[in-house]
Amino acid sequence: MLRSDSRLDAVLALFDGRRGELIPLLQRVQEAFGYLPEEAMAAVARHTRVPESAVYGIATFYAQFRFTPVGRKHVMVCRGTACHVRGAPRILQTLEKQLGIKEGETTPDGEYSLETVACIGACGLSPCVMTNRQVQAKLTPRKVAELFSREAEAAE
Amino acid sequence: MNRAFANLRHRACRRWEAFQGDPRPRILVGTATCGRSAGAMEAWNAFRQASDARGLDAMLVEVGCLGLCYAEPIIAIAKPGMPMVCYGQVTPKRAAELVERYLGGNDPAAEYALGTVSKGRVDGIPPLFDSPVLKPQVRRTLRRCGWIDPTDIDHYLAHDGYAGLVRALDAGPETVIAQVQAAGLRGRGGAGFPTWRKWRLCRDAPGEEKYLVCNADEGDPGAFMNRSLLESDPHAVLEGMIIGGYALGAHNGYIYCRAEYPLALERLRTALGQAEQYGLLGDDVLGSGLSFRITIKEGAGAFVCGEETALIGSIEGRRGMPRPRPPFPAVAGLWGKPTIINNVETLASVALILQDGPERFAQYGTEQSKGTKTFSLVGQVRRPGLVEVPLGITLREMIFDIGGGLIDGRPLKAVQTGGPSGGCIPAALLDTPVDYESLKAAGSIMGSGGMVVMDDTTCMVDFARYFLDFAQQESCGACPPCRLGTKQMLDVLTDLTEGKGSLEDIDLMGDLAAGVMRASLCGLGQTAPNPVLTAIHYFREEYEAHTSQKQCPAGVCRELIAFRIDPERCIGCAACKRACPVDAISGRPKEVHRIDQAICTRCGACLEACPPKASAVERIPGRLTPMDA
Ligand SMILES: Cc1cc2nc3c(=O)[nH]c(=O)nc-3n(C[C@H](O)[C@H](O)[C@H](O)COP(=O)(O)O)c2cc1C
Ligand code: FES
Repeated sequence: MLRSDSRLDAVLALFDGRRGELIPLLQRVQEAFGYLPEEAMAAVARHTRVPESAVYGIATFYAQFRFTPVGRKHVMVCRGTACHVRGAPRILQTLEKQLGIKEGETTPDGEYSLETVACIGACGLSPCVMTNRQVQAKLTPRKVAELFSREAEAAE
Repeated sequence: MNRAFANLRHRACRRWEAFQGDPRPRILVGTATCGRSAGAMEAWNAFRQASDARGLDAMLVEVGCLGLCYAEPIIAIAKPGMPMVCYGQVTPKRAAELVERYLGGNDPAAEYALGTVSKGRVDGIPPLFDSPVLKPQVRRTLRRCGWIDPTDIDHYLAHDGYAGLVRALDAGPETVIAQVQAAGLRGRGGAGFPTWRKWRLCRDAPGEEKYLVCNADEGDPGAFMNRSLLESDPHAVLEGMIIGGYALGAHNGYIYCRAEYPLALERLRTALGQAEQYGLLGDDVLGSGLSFRITIKEGAGAFVCGEETALIGSIEGRRGMPRPRPPFPAVAGLWGKPTIINNVETLASVALILQDGPERFAQYGTEQSKGTKTFSLVGQVRRPGLVEVPLGITLREMIFDIGGGLIDGRPLKAVQTGGPSGGCIPAALLDTPVDYESLKAAGSIMGSGGMVVMDDTTCMVDFARYFLDFAQQESCGACPPCRLGTKQMLDVLTDLTEGKGSLEDIDLMGDLAAGVMRASLCGLGQTAPNPVLTAIHYFREEYEAHTSQKQCPAGVCRELIAFRIDPERCIGCAACKRACPVDAISGRPKEVHRIDQAICTRCGACLEACPPKASAVERIPGRLTPMDA
């Protein structure tokens, strides 16, 4: 990212820099870049006149914010109660095996990021996984293995 | 009656009548998050394609959620001259078939039907509301969910929508508070505090600037009542907020909604825009002189932000860390001004009370817990879903009548209510009425309405550990009792699940819990030990099995179970051997296989791979020595 980035300028222009706007501002920055780049953090601090350390303090507090780019397929495994009792730990385990990464990691080719989330809100159809806002429900380890098969992908 | 409103309502009713009287067949597709995840959009496309292919002019309408998650995707078809029929599990293939048979022909495909919805009969299809899942329910807060288009304000207006607001504006703020008091409404977000009392406090607090915040953070993992309501009937929440703002003397409202609910946020934004356009929000609400505006704030993924003072911090652009109370937010909240935080369902109930009158609301429920309440009934239950029942109904009725019992007829072990602040209630207490006091007496809480059903495959040690792990991760870190106490408790529980615990550890947990509950700053820490304490209280033998016998009776804790292959049943297919990630299985094709217990990591891949016709792999409690196997 360059020091002056038009995407960043466009986001900053939407906010007049009040303190209460700090979190929405960070959310829009993350929407634009997929994560919070270092330069953007500095720019946000200048724009809101909040010390950069405080901006980091806030951003690191909330689970939503990330400081590294996210994979093209952002896989979030629900670790909610309904999903837990219906086998979420096995779903996560299968995904880790299929994608070859651990929770919180991104594949080296930047294709997949694997994370967990507190609850997706489709608890009646548990266990579920959300990939780029699309919810896959009533999963079994077998279904996960079919849906997320890197070999099948390579064969395509 | 308010002139501006009379016009809005008149126009909305005319539009609704035209919609109802349209000569085209109507297909309502439930496209809330649960419907979508079960394939509602695929069904939608299939209906579109199939009717286009047949040259049928059908009207497709997006509606919210009926709450019958087990039957998703759900659609309803209204053919002119026929009662509306509701269908479940509508795959694209079924959708095409329905177009062919019912829209194209005259066969209503009774085998796919869940029931008829409007008056009139269709042969072979019973009325939907007589079905076992809906009969014990009383749909009040959810009455419009699944039947109206949540993106069309006129649908809401045509169904009593905003009539409560008009009544409130006519009656005056004091009467509004009196009505909420008469209804006996208690907060639906967790603690069950009487709503009117909070409101009274805030209204009487000095100052011109006051705020009303709708808590749509829905932090309880495993609960989705608020999401469903926001996606299916967002205006009900907005109406409740405007009424609340009026009663409090607040001119600004915030909706704090979790970012994990993108569709709810989208529907809220649409609804907000429409309400502004109709003059229901703004400087002069319906020409009454009331000024009220609503701003949406997206949460950023922190459970603690559901707590009032943390939520306020988050809206102010800070870390969501709770602060000591008093002063209570009702006196000094957002930006230091008097602020009321109410749950989504509380606010929708306010709209309901003003629409139908407090008597109607209080007609349901018990002496101390009035009205109906929504619950998300999930877990190992046959018919999971969003249900609404009069308070005072028993857990048995909820799980067995509405939920249809457990999957595969397995035995009920416990039901968890109240999420991370709540507790587990064992099967022996199934006749406990679901109301604020009774659940508390059983050691749990009502909470916001999460209800997770567990069978004998859930380990109560692992389950308690699950909640503690959650609490420990979500602890904001401000106060040491919560930050360190939950960590210590988690460590002890982890030891227990790994077979490293002793009997004393179980008692140690009680001591730790007492400290954390007494000394924590906010509700998170004060209630975090609850799931553990109830689990130990009701399932002590299971804890002792983990310590004394080094066994996990439910077969969950990896260190305390084993897998073995029954030589009588093994058909030598080698499926397990291929599936085993650590090469612990040996055996020649067509011969009996065996697991080397010294290598086995107890991942269960063999159990899954073993073909059902053989079912030779068993999971047994306790470890095996290589000799036993
Ligand atoms: C850690 C914690 C999390 C909470 N999460 C929520 C939540 O997600 N939604 C909610 O409505 N209330 C939540 N509450 C309760 C709120 O603090 C508050 O009591 C409630 O929103 C008040 O609304 P009511 O009176 O309408 O119930 C939480 C409380 C604590 C201590
Ligand atoms: S518990 Fe997984 S979606 Fe709610």
